[in-house]
Amino acid sequence: MTDFLLPVDDDELTQPFWEGCARGELLMQRFTASGHYCWPPRPMDPVSRTLDYEWVPMSGKGTVWSVAIPHPPLLPAYSELAPYNVVIVQLEEDPNLRMVGNVVESADAPLNSVEPHSVEIGQAVQAVFSPVGDMFLPRWVRA
Amino acid sequence: MLKDQTAIVGIGQTAFGKGLEDSELSLACQAISMALDECGIAPSEVDGLGSYTMEPGREVDVARNVGLGDITWFSQVGYGGGAGCGVVTQAAMAVATGQAEVAVAWRARKRASKASRPWANVAQRLEDNSQFSRPWGLLRPVDEIAILMRRYMHEFGATRDHLANVALAFRKHANRNPNATMYERTLSREEYMNGRWISEPLCLFDNCLETDGALAVVVVSAERAKDLPQVPAYIHAGAQGIPPQHNTMTNYFNDDPLMGPSWAAAKQLWKYSDFGPGDVKVAQLYDAFSPLIPLSLEGYGFCRRGEGAEFTNDGALEWPNGRLPTNTAGGGMSEAYVHGMNLVLEGVRQIRGTSTSQVEGADVSLVTSGEGVPTSALLLRK
Repeated sequence: MTDFLLPVDDDELTQPFWEGCARGELLMQRFTASGHYCWPPRPMDPVSRTLDYEWVPMSGKGTVWSVAIPHPPLLPAYSELAPYNVVIVQLEEDPNLRMVGNVVESADAPLNSVEPHSVEIGQAVQAVFSPVGDMFLPRWVRA
Repeated sequence: MLKDQTAIVGIGQTAFGKGLEDSELSLACQAISMALDECGIAPSEVDGLGSYTMEPGREVDVARNVGLGDITWFSQVGYGGGAGCGVVTQAAMAVATGQAEVAVAWRARKRASKASRPWANVAQRLEDNSQFSRPWGLLRPVDEIAILMRRYMHEFGATRDHLANVALAFRKHANRNPNATMYERTLSREEYMNGRWISEPLCLFDNCLETDGALAVVVVSAERAKDLPQVPAYIHAGAQGIPPQHNTMTNYFNDDPLMGPSWAAAKQLWKYSDFGPGDVKVAQLYDAFSPLIPLSLEGYGFCRRGEGAEFTNDGALEWPNGRLPTNTAGGGMSEAYVHGMNLVLEGVRQIRGTSTSQVEGADVSLVTSGEGVPTSALLLRK
């Protein structure tokens, strides 16, 4: 279906996140007792040691925290598009929410759609949701 | 307390190469056998076995091949290259507490083996934490470290010149070590700068080698060590470390991703030590990738946070005149990459006075394991 790597889509813990992506919403896990956000998601809140959480929509606004530019040898599907950028984006709501992603031209554009050296730390970005196989992955366009 | 109760008294290693014919189990047994012969201890006396969770050869198989006696302690440490010093530390703990009298720690690895390269062993649907990084093409360990290094450069003004300092120092040491993979291959700054990109900002020469080979050490009590033929390398301190909110390799989700597990292991290492960073005469710092050197220099207290790159200037890592000769056999980048067990053996040789780049008066020798993963460290003394 796709030669790109995908997350499992039937894990109870992460399923709501991926369903959010499919609807065009960037959701974060927030524990009810402490209001603490966690990424990656987990069963227990390390602040309150409680288990109840909800998935809260984020603004989708963020800042590039860092960037790498992989070159081959890579898995074939990725090698074909290399060099491409991989970024870590810090979310506006909480700077410790850092997500791995890519800066792309638009949601439907390929991994290498922007010149990778034009991506710089500190750039403002906005989440978009790219169809990959049967899922949608959050990626980023420059704001 | 562990302090000086035990010593490494025997070391053994196979040749390093690519595509060695022997299996990991065979290589492991050869290295262990050499280590025992070197210190004159009979296999029947070995009662403790420590290894990595990634080790393909199992204790039962090693014991049957080498002809060991009753094994009363056996244990494995996880997280790949973070394990090495932890395996030796746990062997020392076993001997110090009487759970074993003669403990052997080893690592055998073949570069082509799937078990040695878990990141190449990819399922289409990712279940572990790699599901939050690999789908976007952050695929290999080098990519995971490259993205940290770019941030480090941004925050602290580090450059590729600093990384070249690391690569060139280790290559010079390898050029003095006939057992090193890169013994006959010199490296210039110009060659480094023209090296092909693997994951920007890291080039080919920022990466460790891929090596087949095996290494082993023998740990006994300090009392027993006195009667054995080799100069004992006393285990003065040993530590393992996982800091709060750590995520192995993709450590991007805590307060300060540029302060890795080294900081946690270092706190424990120095806590029960008579020495501090200023007393260390020679270091073997885990170098799967060159950025791990500045990060480790900071973590273990040789400089402050953000100063690790600057520390490498003026030949600081180079034998014989650098302020901290580091990876004196060539390290993972130029001697061999056997998940850092070769660093342990070089740390021992420095205490014995038998390194090919022997640091004069090397009475305190530091060895560290992987940075960026749950890690460990050893402080050896004469």
